[in-house]
Amino acid sequence: MYSEKVMDHFSNPRNVGEIEEASGTGMVGNPACGDIMKLTIKIENNVITDVKFKTFGCGAAIATSSMVTELVKGKGLDDAEKISNNTVAEALDGLPPVKMHCSNLAADALHAAIEDYRKKLETK
Amino acid sequence: MNKIYFDHNATTPVIDEVFEAMVPFYKEQWGNPSSIHWAGRGTRKAVEDARENVCKLLNCAPLELIFTSSGTESDNHAIKGIAYAKKDKGNHIITTKVEHPAILSTCKHLAKEGFEITYLEVDKDGLIDLEQLKAAITPKTILITVMFANNETGVLFPIKEIGQIAKERGITFHTDAVQAAGKIPINVQELNVDLLTISGHKIYGPKGVGALFAKRGVRLTPLIHGGHQERNRRGGTENVAGIIGFGKAAEIAIRDLDKEIAHLSMLRNRLETGLKEKIQHVYVNGHPEKRLPNTANISFEFVEGESLLLNLDMKGIAASSGSACTSGSLEPSHVLVAMGISLELAHGSVRFSLGKSNTVEEIDYLIEIMPPIVERMRSMSPLFAGHKF
Repeated sequence: MYSEKVMDHFSNPRNVGEIEEASGTGMVGNPACGDIMKLTIKIENNVITDVKFKTFGCGAAIATSSMVTELVKGKGLDDAEKISNNTVAEALDGLPPVKMHCSNLAADALHAAIEDYRKKLETK
Repeated sequence: MNKIYFDHNATTPVIDEVFEAMVPFYKEQWGNPSSIHWAGRGTRKAVEDARENVCKLLNCAPLELIFTSSGTESDNHAIKGIAYAKKDKGNHIITTKVEHPAILSTCKHLAKEGFEITYLEVDKDGLIDLEQLKAAITPKTILITVMFANNETGVLFPIKEIGQIAKERGITFHTDAVQAAGKIPINVQELNVDLLTISGHKIYGPKGVGALFAKRGVRLTPLIHGGHQERNRRGGTENVAGIIGFGKAAEIAIRDLDKEIAHLSMLRNRLETGLKEKIQHVYVNGHPEKRLPNTANISFEFVEGESLLLNLDMKGIAASSGSACTSGSLEPSHVLVAMGISLELAHGSVRFSLGKSNTVEEIDYLIEIMPPIVERMRSMSPLFAGHKF
């Protein structure tokens, strides 16, 4: 049902945890759907220097969370914002169709974290 | 890696005795049981012998048993068969919110045709309130259908009492006993049921064969029109080998019933006690006593069921989350949600359904490997922040 890459990221998820004093935090998903993702990012000079995730969810939810952290680490904010849920799914060699909508939220969490960072900047 | 199967409510393996009984009906005795010649005669006798064995499992008469292709077909046959046969008398059907999709989808279909469906609520233990059932009955009620045992939690419904209520009011009563058959005694003479569904592959028989008990005098509109098979109640040449296998499986189920109940409840209790001892924030779903001996439905707070199943699968253990039929959807189990269990806990549920080949060693292996899996998944869960072991 899942690709080898999904199973790899599910079994050995990268960048699990939470960054203390994060530059931005993104939390998406809901209990009805069964997936909740929390992504914390550290940003220095408009570059994402560190990223960590915590996820409650199925195999796809955990794998996409792990994959998005790999995709954005070291990336500039402009490039990071171009990453979509589809980019993440493709990087994992695809997801089962039923999972594409509900458990493919990692890029949403990333965008929420970047937005949180920008808001914090404005209020500073 | 050892392969361990804890998903017997989804399906069971065909046991050797059953398979061996079936083989001749693919090889030497391939005749059509409806034929009058030498090739068919022996097959007819074998089918009728098998029917008697399945009847013994329910304590009904051979005339009262219709072979079908599955539990789902039997459910469809019972519900649509009564709805169409009695539509001049009324259009109201009562069922529960926690039925198998074979019941719920059939009712939903009938609702589109103008039938009114009442879905009874269940309490936190998964049981219905008989007063609520009585209150739901109207002069137009033609059918009550309530499952014998829930497939996800194993919770047992008060079939005899429901049957009594239906009987006093002249309402037909059907029960889906697919999960109960072979796991607990069933005696239709004592239960006040008019219709009862069972399936071959849940009792170590083959897939593709089910049966519907229809009490003498209960008139059903056929679902499948065709030849005169099954006394004109179900057209189509009999699935002979399947029926033979079903008969053999029923014979073994009756023979081993007491032994299996003792074996399964011992293992199930060991599993639940062990997991609760080793892991915090673990909840067993369903009434603690009124349930099947083999089913443990357990919620592991802060983690999601499918990710637990994937971890278990990597260790060779097959279990399920909700029912196999709903695992293609993303909705949390409709059974657990109806019981008022929170969405997080419903998503964090795993069903272990045990069977005759399971051993104490297998249970102990599960109890050993489960705590680190849950701990790892919790360490990744944003819901777990603030909670410590």
